[in-house]
Amino acid sequence: MFQDMLRQKSFGASAAIFMALLIAPLIIPKFYTYILAVIFVTALLAMSLNMVVGHGGLFQFHHAAFYGVGAYTAGLILVKTSWPWWIGFIAGPIGAAVTGLVIGLFCIRLNKLYFGMLQISLGSLIWAIAFRWYRLTGGDDGIHGIPMPEFISGLKSSYYFVLILVAVCLILMYLILKSPFGTTLQAIRDNPERCAAVGINVRRHQLMGIVVATFFAGVAGVLFITVEGSIFPDLLFWVLSLEVFIMCLLGGWFTFGGPILGAAMIVSLRTFVGTYTEYWTLILGVILILLIFFLPDGIMGYNYLAKLRRRSKRRSASRAE
Amino acid sequence: MLYVQNLQKSFGEFKAVNGADLTIEKGQLVAVIGPNGAGKTTLFNLITGQLQPDAGKIVFNDENISKLPPYAVCRRGIARSFQIANIFPRLSVFRNVQVSVIAQQQLSSKLFRPAHRIAVAETTRILESVGLINRSLDVAGSLSHGDKRTLEIAIALGNEPELLILDEPTAGMSPDETTTTMALIQRLADEHGLTILFCEHDMEVVFNVAQSIMVMQQGRTIVQDTPEEVRKNSAVQDAYLGGA
Repeated sequence: MFQDMLRQKSFGASAAIFMALLIAPLIIPKFYTYILAVIFVTALLAMSLNMVVGHGGLFQFHHAAFYGVGAYTAGLILVKTSWPWWIGFIAGPIGAAVTGLVIGLFCIRLNKLYFGMLQISLGSLIWAIAFRWYRLTGGDDGIHGIPMPEFISGLKSSYYFVLILVAVCLILMYLILKSPFGTTLQAIRDNPERCAAVGINVRRHQLMGIVVATFFAGVAGVLFITVEGSIFPDLLFWVLSLEVFIMCLLGGWFTFGGPILGAAMIVSLRTFVGTYTEYWTLILGVILILLIFFLPDGIMGYNYLAKLRRRSKRRSASRAE
Repeated sequence: MLYVQNLQKSFGEFKAVNGADLTIEKGQLVAVIGPNGAGKTTLFNLITGQLQPDAGKIVFNDENISKLPPYAVCRRGIARSFQIANIFPRLSVFRNVQVSVIAQQQLSSKLFRPAHRIAVAETTRILESVGLINRSLDVAGSLSHGDKRTLEIAIALGNEPELLILDEPTAGMSPDETTTTMALIQRLADEHGLTILFCEHDMEVVFNVAQSIMVMQQGRTIVQDTPEEVRKNSAVQDAYLGGA
């Protein structure tokens, strides 16, 4: 299955970017290394959301809840228990996926917007627990200075750890999207009624998609602690969910790599424009308005549509001959 | 093979299907006719599980399927097309058919196998037999109306059904397209040994093609018989043919 990936045209470019990112921390200042690591984590979160939103057509409105559950699960195990670190790192994604399954079981009975509304409510419940349960979670202060294992305690080492894990996750997601399951999920997005009529159990596949996506959100949550060393309730607040949603729209939600671009843009805007003015979201707003008018399918979505059009044109031309 | 008895379905006060009976033998080409609003589409939706009946029985191969959801009905061997072309507009023509073949082979939950190597031979064979093979890489949404309807039949064939249900397969088609499509349906029935149930407005088409015709009016079955007998039936003449 890897051979097919190697044959992809974009593979060369991706490999080159990956090599550049491997060398980057040796050249660029520490601060930029840190920002890059934050972008990787956020990109993974946005990619995991896009699996169900862009490719699955589900109104996953509160994706950050699962990101937070991943981060809190891993963080609490690292701080409150004497278990080895890797148990926390594995429990994070699994905890997120189990939460995704449970919340999904309730939400999946509802359609479209109602699905999203119920998810926001149930996700906010988790936020409230993290916010209120001072003894366990440290309430709105969160927990800071979470001890990391020796080999990823430095900035550079955690950067490489995050880079490699994100790359592995992206490859897995790519393979999943190109699998029969991925194809079926996209067919369900386009036409759930028809899917049911060809023998597909629509809800089971959607639920499976949610579990896979929330698992990857959990991985992103764990990687967040690796970079930041802290957990706090904002990680599972609905505002973050909205921000991640915007990243998908911005980058192009029917494309594979779009959310990465969206995440990079928003994190950069927040970091660099945010230091000059707290109104950096104004610029984001203007970008979004322009986007809706000129590139409704996102920045990379433009590319995708053009490709489809070119392909159709070429075919009809070759038929005419 | 399929046996429907005294089927009932109401939407609020309105009785859409109110005592429908239908018998289909293996290998038959059966048509359902009736004026607009007679309940033909509702009947089909009840058989394929899109709707649940209020009362009555649907028995397919000796199993009562009246309470099954659509995907389970499909797994039992009943595939269908819809009245309004119901395809996957963003996917390629090839993918449209492949999705149903993948579902048929129960591979739709496989996470780590490349989909583009799965079910290729079967999908290609189906696209060849309906004549869409040289459009296979086009986006399905870009097809003409007639081709979309053909693609719908191809999607249904991906399920290797025993019984194929076609809801007005020639709706909105030009006379030429109608002839081609009906010829295709007849050829498929012959080649694959398919049993086909369809409904249709064009009386000429129905009486030429069908081996058995069921006539519905106001949700009720008036008669089911051979075309000759149906033509002679006085109740049918009063209810339907006389008015046409």
